[in-house]
Amino acid sequence: MAPDTPRALTRKDFMSDQEVRWCPGCGDYAILAALQRTLPKIGARPENTVFVSGIGCSSRFPYYMNTYGFHTIHGRAPAIATGVKLANPDLDVWIITGDGDGLSIGGNHLLHVLRRNVDVQILLFNNRVYGLTKGQYSPTSLVGQRGPSTPLGSVDFPIHPIPFALGANARFVARAIDTVQKPLMEVYERAYRNKGASFVEILQNCPVFNDGAFSSITAKDIASDRQLWAVHGEPLIFGKERNKGLRLRRDGCGLEIVTIGEDGVTTDDVLVHDETNLALATMLAHLQPPEFPMVFGVIYCNPAPTYEREVLAQNELARQRFGEPDFDALLRSGHTWRVDPET
Amino acid sequence: MDLPSRERKQLDEVVIRLAGDSGDGMQKAGEQFTLTTALAGNDLATFPDFPAEIRAPAGTTFGVSGFQIHFADHDVLTPGDRPDVLVAMNPAALKVNLGDLEPGALVIVNTGAFTPANLRKAGYASNPLEDGTLDPYRVIEIDISKQTLAAVEPFELGSRDALRCKNFWALGLLYWMFDRDPEPTLAWLDEKFASKPVIRDANKAALKAGHAYGETVELPSGVEPYRVPRAKLAPGLYRNVTGNEATAWGLVAGARLAGLEMVLGSYPITPASNVLHYLARLRHFGVTTFQTEDEIAAICAAIGASFAGKLGVTTTSGPGVALKTEAIGLAIAAELPVVIVDIQRAGPSTGMPTKTEQSDLLQAMYGRNGDAPVPVVAAATPGDCFTMAIEATRLALRAMVPTFLLTDGYIANGAAPWKIPDFDSLPRFPVHFHEEREGFHPFLRDPETLARVWAKPGTPGLEHRIGGLEKDYDSGNISYDPDNHHRMTKVRAEKVARLADVIPEQEVSSGEDHGELAVVGWGGTYGAIEAAVRKCRERGMSVSHIHIRYLHPFPKNLGELLSRFDRILVPELNNGQLVKILRSEFLVPAEGLNKIAGQPFKVSELESAITSRLQKGA
Repeated sequence: MAPDTPRALTRKDFMSDQEVRWCPGCGDYAILAALQRTLPKIGARPENTVFVSGIGCSSRFPYYMNTYGFHTIHGRAPAIATGVKLANPDLDVWIITGDGDGLSIGGNHLLHVLRRNVDVQILLFNNRVYGLTKGQYSPTSLVGQRGPSTPLGSVDFPIHPIPFALGANARFVARAIDTVQKPLMEVYERAYRNKGASFVEILQNCPVFNDGAFSSITAKDIASDRQLWAVHGEPLIFGKERNKGLRLRRDGCGLEIVTIGEDGVTTDDVLVHDETNLALATMLAHLQPPEFPMVFGVIYCNPAPTYEREVLAQNELARQRFGEPDFDALLRSGHTWRVDPET
Repeated sequence: MDLPSRERKQLDEVVIRLAGDSGDGMQKAGEQFTLTTALAGNDLATFPDFPAEIRAPAGTTFGVSGFQIHFADHDVLTPGDRPDVLVAMNPAALKVNLGDLEPGALVIVNTGAFTPANLRKAGYASNPLEDGTLDPYRVIEIDISKQTLAAVEPFELGSRDALRCKNFWALGLLYWMFDRDPEPTLAWLDEKFASKPVIRDANKAALKAGHAYGETVELPSGVEPYRVPRAKLAPGLYRNVTGNEATAWGLVAGARLAGLEMVLGSYPITPASNVLHYLARLRHFGVTTFQTEDEIAAICAAIGASFAGKLGVTTTSGPGVALKTEAIGLAIAAELPVVIVDIQRAGPSTGMPTKTEQSDLLQAMYGRNGDAPVPVVAAATPGDCFTMAIEATRLALRAMVPTFLLTDGYIANGAAPWKIPDFDSLPRFPVHFHEEREGFHPFLRDPETLARVWAKPGTPGLEHRIGGLEKDYDSGNISYDPDNHHRMTKVRAEKVARLADVIPEQEVSSGEDHGELAVVGWGGTYGAIEAAVRKCRERGMSVSHIHIRYLHPFPKNLGELLSRFDRILVPELNNGQLVKILRSEFLVPAEGLNKIAGQPFKVSELESAITSRLQKGA
């Protein structure tokens, strides 16, 4: 226990004195509020917390957190965060990025921070558009997205963040929605508790440049049919009546939707979510509306040793093997010779 | 037995070049000759010159790998202009190097490689051993391939592996010829091939056979064994060091003098990679090495580490600096210390990766968006890399600013004897982390250095945000205020300028502090310029050598010093970079002397340039 026992913290302890400057109605407000509510509950300390961001609307995030923060350059937050963790692995490091910052200019670094399993939480705000530069299409935009740079519609195929993360060997992958606060907070906590790179895609509405990008998933009247919230150990069930489920196709490879109570299907026929199963996670990651519901919650969690702990363990091993460092001995290693003063 | 030294012909200096295919082991043989030469007490300098291809097609001229060593009984400043001895392991090696020899030079040829196929690959229409090409030289023709095969026959190697021992056969011959003790090399083989005893013993046998050949075979007239007496070096303990070794050690020393641990972010690139390799073996010295996914991640990891309170370092070459440029700007704006080591090579673009050049000075000084000044220092010799790596660390920490150390492929790979310093004798510059909550903001400045405070994450009550956006001078919050940006830009420049208060004044390496001609250099051209100026001064010329190691800021007295010379000549291995800065800073009539060949200056080139300037001025 520290010399002076820390008092219980509240949301206010994580709010900086800076005025929040996102557009009115931006989904970022909800994402920020949920995190400021979550951190005190899960035992985070402001002095021990670091937010690292790149460039874009989402990357303003660190300025609004009363923690340590580094608003860096476009796409590079994962590399800077890795340096922070190598220097001090005891810090809680959060990377804030977006679909442009994380998957376009910074795709390379995102790939590597995931495969290395650096112990950080990565929140990727996906609004399928460039907001800060005023409305160009992004690498997650669907084909046909119109914007100032694509007046006739974009023609290139999008990348999907969750399959990307799994492909990069991420050990923790989850998806949430900006305004669906309680599950978002639960995902934050799971991400925080996971030791390793925790990747969270948050569907975020940009009311100015891409309003309603996810309304076919998030609109209240259809949400329960288009969202499947996966829970480890429970059947993969969704729908207004909670009577639809996923099961393995009988006639080939993949998943299919079944209705419980029809054609003799019971709950027992529905696949049970196993968040440690990569094959299942990969299938769930690829499900897209309108054919399938989109899967939310913790899709994959299968912890592995973290990069920085392994590196520092090697440093320790070197210290044990070679003993106390002796710089003079280092310079004198190998062949030396003495030139004597002339008599 | 070795000949008694009275029967050896005494020489005051020798330049040897070993040349063969890039797979012939010329670099290894050269390194061993260097080691034994240093142990024999000569001063020396080396120049490894190899192709970028790891194993270029055998027998071709572009696959020729060379290693030159200059050793003497006096102060050696360069690897030498022209070899006195050339060892050519095949026709291509002969063809590439013959033009550098003076008539009368000694050529040792491996006749076994002079096959019709190899002659054709080297582009020889007729055999140079038979058509008079070698008439101006003293020539020793030996079938080194056959001799090696015979020497290693008991070990029953395949002919491919057996022939790979021929570099050690040639080395053995040179050891005999120049009175070298083979023991350190035999010991090195024991260690190197401990797990491959057959290879170890075969190489040892080849080395001994080459040595024995020299002792027993009657050599052509004019060829005899030599000895070069010990050099008079300053008293002390010495070792050989390459620039890259010294850089790695200097970085470790700098961090320790500051009381910090180091995080190195680095991406492999020629000729910088082995600094990463050396540091990766020094993890017990508080060094964490991180081979990143690219050059950008390498400096970003260093910046992240500095933000978190360690010394962030990145090592690279020119193309890597180009990629790191935006991140260097971030470190300037966020005012974080990072040491950036640029081991320069020939550019632009990929250029000639294994060839030396000094063409990144302007990139280091100015190659960023916005007004973005950084300190820049440059090492003059392999051993000086140690000192200047410490200096780069000291300046970066003092001003909280990314700082460049420039070296180049020539001193990075070249070796020279180095007087080993005592760590305790080096001045310390301990870092102070800010912990005081009262009145804290992240851009509080030290009134003397103008550096901002360094408050590391984990410190209660000092939570703060930094980044690439302009910050308010008085609060550290984001600011778009016009006057504030002007003020912050000025203070970022001023804190770098004030480093001039804590760097040594400019000295004159050779000659008076005034006169007809100053030859002003920087970086790895030190040895060649110094040798040329000394020779010209011996001939009575009024010429001085000024070598600049602190390029930004310049030493305070530099402008005044330069004003005391009638003419200023600036030799550089680029198309004129320092000369532009000197002209713009000091309004002096500095004149460039440029060589952009991927090769260092020859002393003779500089001598004739100096001579012609003084004749014209007369």
